[in-house]
Amino acid sequence: METVTLTPKAQPDLYIDAENITPDAFAGKTAAEIAAFHVHEGNQTGLLGTYFDVSGKAGATAAETKIVIKGDVLKVKYIGMRMTAGEILVEGSADMYIGAWMEGGRIHVRGNIDAFSGTGMKGGEIEVDGNAGNYLGAAYRGDWRGMQSGTIRVHGNAGSDIGTFMNGGTIIIDGDVDVHVGTHAEGGTIIVKGNGKSKIGGQMVKGEIYVFGTIDVMMPGYVYRKDVDLEVDGTKATFAMYEGDMGERHGKRKGEVIYGHIYQKY
Amino acid sequence: MTKIVTDVVCPFCGTLCDDLEVKVSDDGTQILEVYNACVIGTEKFLHSQAKDRLKVPQMQDEEGNWKDVSIDDAVDYTAQMLCNAKKPLMYGWSSTNCEAQSTGNEIAEIVGAVVDNTATVCHGTTLIAVQDVGVPSCTLGEVKNRADRIVFWGCNPAHAHPRHMSRYSIFPRGFFTGKGHKARKMVVVDPRSTDTAKMADVHMQIEQGRDYELLSALRVAVRGAPLPETVAGIPRETIQDVAETLKSGRFVVIFFGMGVTQTLSKNHNIDMAISLTRDLNEYTKAAIMPMRGHYNVTGSGQVLGWQFGFPFCVDLSRGFARYNPGDSSSNDLLRRGEVDAVFVLGSDPGAHFPISSVKKIAQLPSVCVDPHHTPTSAVCKLHMPVAFVGVEEAGCAYRMDNVPIETRKVVEAPEGMVSDEEFLKMVLTRVKEIKGVA
Repeated sequence: METVTLTPKAQPDLYIDAENITPDAFAGKTAAEIAAFHVHEGNQTGLLGTYFDVSGKAGATAAETKIVIKGDVLKVKYIGMRMTAGEILVEGSADMYIGAWMEGGRIHVRGNIDAFSGTGMKGGEIEVDGNAGNYLGAAYRGDWRGMQSGTIRVHGNAGSDIGTFMNGGTIIIDGDVDVHVGTHAEGGTIIVKGNGKSKIGGQMVKGEIYVFGTIDVMMPGYVYRKDVDLEVDGTKATFAMYEGDMGERHGKRKGEVIYGHIYQKY
Repeated sequence: MTKIVTDVVCPFCGTLCDDLEVKVSDDGTQILEVYNACVIGTEKFLHSQAKDRLKVPQMQDEEGNWKDVSIDDAVDYTAQMLCNAKKPLMYGWSSTNCEAQSTGNEIAEIVGAVVDNTATVCHGTTLIAVQDVGVPSCTLGEVKNRADRIVFWGCNPAHAHPRHMSRYSIFPRGFFTGKGHKARKMVVVDPRSTDTAKMADVHMQIEQGRDYELLSALRVAVRGAPLPETVAGIPRETIQDVAETLKSGRFVVIFFGMGVTQTLSKNHNIDMAISLTRDLNEYTKAAIMPMRGHYNVTGSGQVLGWQFGFPFCVDLSRGFARYNPGDSSSNDLLRRGEVDAVFVLGSDPGAHFPISSVKKIAQLPSVCVDPHHTPTSAVCKLHMPVAFVGVEEAGCAYRMDNVPIETRKVVEAPEGMVSDEEFLKMVLTRVKEIKGVA
């Protein structure tokens, strides 16, 4: 695997859109060609080389390309957008839309990420050592297809609205989350190892949410069914199983109604 | 001799009352009295008659001293500011007519700006919910003639839309509602005991920030599924009774305001309320309608919608329309320092935005176009006074139920004053010159 290293040098006045920072765009390019890629600061079009020192070279395909960003990119949006393969390592914190609509490959951020990361994600893996913002793995506005596949793992806390309209894939948060987890979900798994707040699993049709800590207020549409022993992401424990959201429509399989599930650890 | 101008449309709130009568002086320059309007509407007309009204554009230097400038200077400053910015924000648009909004949007497209209207701090969350789950709505005429179950959720029309209840929702005797308010059941959901709540048949005094749970509980109750003992501080029996009241009506309308759109859960509250409306349609006829504030905020959404496909928070900086509240919304742009110039027309963010956003406006090149000197003007570099739309200028406005109504010109504007549209057209011409666009 070949590595391209981007070292931030100039801070933009405003923010830059850099949807070209993906293994797919970099594949087969030299450092000089990559430095000539376009980035957008408001209505101005600039060059990637203006904001980053580019070194190394890309592999022949996306899968053989690794991008290392040395430092914080707090004013850079859309890193890894729509990437299908390869790897991105951000050694600092990044802004919004990390791995939005990504289809494959792996993104690892050592710091924090902001909102809308993993929007409409279709595959691949995002790992964040710090905290994540709001709308992690959610759907784009008006879309009924949020995260569909892949894995997002956040070692810190996450904001609100995670996994909205999720219908596949897995989100694991080691810390706490804000309100609205898995709203409108029609599949997929969300594991919160810290505490939840309220509005968890609202309007959920199908899917699983595991909460290891507390839930301030349970949605009224959830009914306690039974206790179950489970192994969740390496943790064996007894969970209280709730079914719902009773206010929402639900499909049937083999004559049985399929509900969404919230599992809360004792 | 004075004369009476009839069928005047009130340019204050989204109810857009169209039955006002205004007594004007013989020469048609002065408004003497306003009939049929609420106190707020009356004030809007009489305000235009203020003796100390601003008539000349003013620029503020760095020490905060104001000096008068010509309209040409104002046009040039505005055009240069918009053309030199990498990402200007053009905010407001809700207290002007659709013609001005359309001209403003044209400027925004040429200069690569972000266009946002007051929905961003008001009913924008409603628009997000509508995109997520659709909306079964109706017109206010249908409410007057058919509705017999009225819900006011997180809104206080007694004060904010003073003639709403008498013209459409509670008191009028319509075609199928001959008994007026006697045949209507009124449910109010509000954590406070407002003047609207005091009139209600049922007031659900909800715990603050638990609207999402209570709406969900109503949906559960409508489906006849079990509920916890209390939800959001409301006993189970009350929730089940209200669900039954709604199901038993012939036509249910849910009106909602900023008590649900801008409190915890925001768009999800409306999402759930729309879903409740949809569920009720399994049993009876039900519709839902936002209580829009500014008289033409709905129009701004319409104009942006037909021109760019999105109703607010439209980012045109890349030459095509992008939209994502949270990223392209005014307060997020200002808070994060994503814009480098601010143009405000027909709104007062200086009074309504968080102080962190207002401080950013104060640090940037900025223009405020408004008939009055407002808190926004105080932080802007240029204040451009204009004629009152709906009083001194006619034009199209959209009522809260998306019905377009042509507003009327009642009196002449003071000599030499231009309207929003005229000012924007001058800026547009200048912008085209600077950019070299034909």
